[in-house]
Parts: sequence; structure tokens; C-alpha cells
Amino acid sequence: MSTVVIVGASVGGVRTAQALRAQGHDGRIVLVGAEPHLPYDKPPLSKQFLAGAWEHDRLALLTAEEAAADGIELRLGVAATGVDPVARTVELAEGTDLGYDTLVIATGATARPSPWAAESGVHVLRTLTDGTGLRAALAEPGPLVVVGGGFIGAEVAATAHAAGREVTVVDPLPAPIARVLGDEVGRLVGDVHRRHGVETRFGIGVRAVSGRVGALDITLTDGTVLPAGTAVVGIGAVPAVEWLADSGLELDNGLVCDEFCRATGHPEIFGVGDVARWFHAGHGEHVRVEHWTNAVEQAACVAHNVVHPEEPVQYRPTEYAWSDQYDWKIQIAGRPNRATGFELAGDPTTDAPRFAALYRDETGRLSAAVTVNWPKLLVAARRLITAGTPYEEGLSVLDKLIAPVSAA
Amino acid sequence: MAKLTADTDLCQGYGNCLTTAEDVYDIDDDGKVVLLTETIPETDRARVEAAARSCPVKALGVVDG
Repeated sequence: MSTVVIVGASVGGVRTAQALRAQGHDGRIVLVGAEPHLPYDKPPLSKQFLAGAWEHDRLALLTAEEAAADGIELRLGVAATGVDPVARTVELAEGTDLGYDTLVIATGATARPSPWAAESGVHVLRTLTDGTGLRAALAEPGPLVVVGGGFIGAEVAATAHAAGREVTVVDPLPAPIARVLGDEVGRLVGDVHRRHGVETRFGIGVRAVSGRVGALDITLTDGTVLPAGTAVVGIGAVPAVEWLADSGLELDNGLVCDEFCRATGHPEIFGVGDVARWFHAGHGEHVRVEHWTNAVEQAACVAHNVVHPEEPVQYRPTEYAWSDQYDWKIQIAGRPNRATGFELAGDPTTDAPRFAALYRDETGRLSAAVTVNWPKLLVAARRLITAGTPYEEGLSVLDKLIAPVSAA
Repeated sequence: MAKLTADTDLCQGYGNCLTTAEDVYDIDDDGKVVLLTETIPETDRARVEAAARSCPVKALGVVDG
């Protein structure tokens, strides 16, 4: 009986296991997770869970009953410490080896640790344990300083602000989300903090963090000192590949995979989710994506390729991510940061804005879209991007959705 | 036949379901999911279940009809 071992029990690993069964894999499926918890979902950690609106059970990705029903063996609370691709075994921290016919590596990424030391009170947010600690910290009095204005930082700021906390966001870039969106649209989205009364210190770095919980000093590069009760450092994540260092697998900003998500030189080993850097045939380059939808879509593709090795399917998705901040639902399809230009539709300046930025690339196609509070437009644009629609033709299709809003 | 369920209170308009099964799911102007059919044949169940699992807020279900 053929055994698939999946290392990593977050959304990429869980969805791979489920999709394998749905695709007809009738052998063993073993899901290995380093954390002791049953598989849980991460997006709510910076939103509903942090706000106290949802408890742990609402985060469940796979219950013990669902795992049993699908014949998925759970090995939780035990980290994988190595792989021997010749013997086809995974080494576990408890000292045993787990044999596989197919291995799926879905270990995700870990929060980039804070480079600044303090006695206590400085948090990162990646895992349920992180989220539980930060949630408890937010219940204490004192201002919150968020270092890093990316998705995690912005969402934590919005959640803490809604909970009545005094919040400051610090980021060395002039418009933090500009990393993804470009400067101009990044500024529009970055303005959401100020509109809601959250203090922003964009374009300035952090020199030092000192003190302890309830009495922290965050010193900026211009000498300003921000007092804080709690600090959150959201400065990105790094792919979790250190356990593969001696495996002989190709590692370069993630596990390097081909267009079918197979590890270089190892057709029986696949990568899924944040840890995988695969060759995107549509883009003609290797990419690594740290978003929920990518993990889910990649899991489905890998499950197909495991079950149907004679008919592998290239994995070439249209990138998609979302972020919920304050009353803004931000949705992003494609690659805005590779665009050569864009047009705005709708009105970003109203109290309840609904607007979109539609981007073109150097080949003249509709290559990306960013919408705020406009899901229907995003869905339509995402479809046109996937179809490789020329820019002007895409705009004329989307105009039918845009026109009534602009006229209103 | 299998029956489709959709919880529009949970739905946040993320739209992943349409990517996998745009013949079954649509979205309205308010960003809420719309079911284009209430039942699907068992032969289509695996694909539509995959679309339901791509919902980040677990708003979609496929149940025995």
C-alpha cells in the first residue's frame, strides 16, 4: 500500500490530505505536525481570534473525527527533523523514522523574529500560541506599537484599535503596502489607518526596543521614543526549511520545485504552500507565495499530481490575497508590483469607499486588480486576468460593473 | 444527488469558490455567494467539495441530499 507522508499540518498540509482522498488515493496518508494542537486556520488569528470574538474551536481546519473519517493518520506534537530521500524516510523528533512512497513538504514559514530585545512584551504573530499570548497582552492597559505595516501589522492595528487601544504603526517604507501595490495605490490603502485615528510613522525605522511588558520604550531612528505597553513585530516570515538542511534537497528561499511542484530531482517529493518556491510556467520564473488561497490551490494541484503522476498538471495560478482592516475589505489578484500602469475606478475618498485599481503589464494585458469593498469586481477581474485578457478589452468588460457605481 | 448549502451571513465575498466551480457558485453585488443550483450529481461531488473547502470562512457545504 502506498504511503503519502505530509509534513506540516496547517492549511496546505490539511488540504493536501483531504484532496488526496477526494482524488482517489487509497493508501496511507500520514499528516505530521510540530504543534500539539489539532490543525487550525491562521487568518483569524489577527482578526476574530485576536478580538476575542472567536475561540480556538472556531479555527478548526480538521477535527479528529474528520481525520478518522478520511483515514488521515495524525502525528501531532512531533516535529520532523530531517529527510533521507534515498531511504525515503522522514526523521521525527521523537527518534523514529517514518517511511514514505510520496512526501509532501508543507512546513510553511515562521515569523521573522524581532531583531530588538526587550525583557518582555514584544510579540510576533504566526501561530496559535503567539495569538493566545498577544490576545492576553492586548487585554492589559497601555498603548500598542506595531512595527511593520504589512498585512499582519495592519490587521493587528485595526483589531486593537477596534478594541479601544491606542495604536501606532511604524514602518520604514513611505507606504507599507507599496511592497505589493506600488506607491500610489499603497498610499491610498495606507491612509486607512489615519482615517480611523491610528497613529502612523511611515518612512522611519526602529532603532531599539527596551523595557518590559507595560513599560516598553520603542526608539525610532530619528530619536523619538514611543512608550508602549505591548509591541508587535510583523516584519515578514521565512520559509521553514532548516530541518531540510542535510537532506540534499535544493533549498533557495524555500524548497525549490518544478512546474508540477516536485522538488528538484525528486519526483516523489512535492512542496505546498509558503515553503515551496516553484517554477510558475505562466510567469516564466520561480515564485513563492505566502497566502492562504495559494496553499489551498497548490494542495489540490499536488494531490492531483500525486494520484496521476502520468498526467501531471502545471501549477500556474493567478495570485490572490485579501486583507480585512477596519471597514475595508481589500482584495488583490495578480501581481500589481510587476505592473507598468493602472487606472482607478470608483471613489477612494468617501467614508464607505468602493474602488478598484486595474493594472496592465508590459505585454499589454490586464495583469492585476486591487479592490476595496468590491468583491464582485474582483471576481470578474480575477477571471479576466487568468484568461490573459488584453487590457483595454478587460476594462470594457469590467466597465459594465463599474459604470453603475461611478454614476451613483 | 448531493445538496449544496451556503451561509450568506458567514460569506465575505472572497470568491475562491467561483475559481473552482463557477458553474455552481456566483456572487451578487453585495459580495454574497449565490447558488446557481441546489443539487449536484454524485459524480460532481469531489470537485464541488473542493470548491467548498476553498472557502476561507467555511460558508459552503455539500451534504447528502
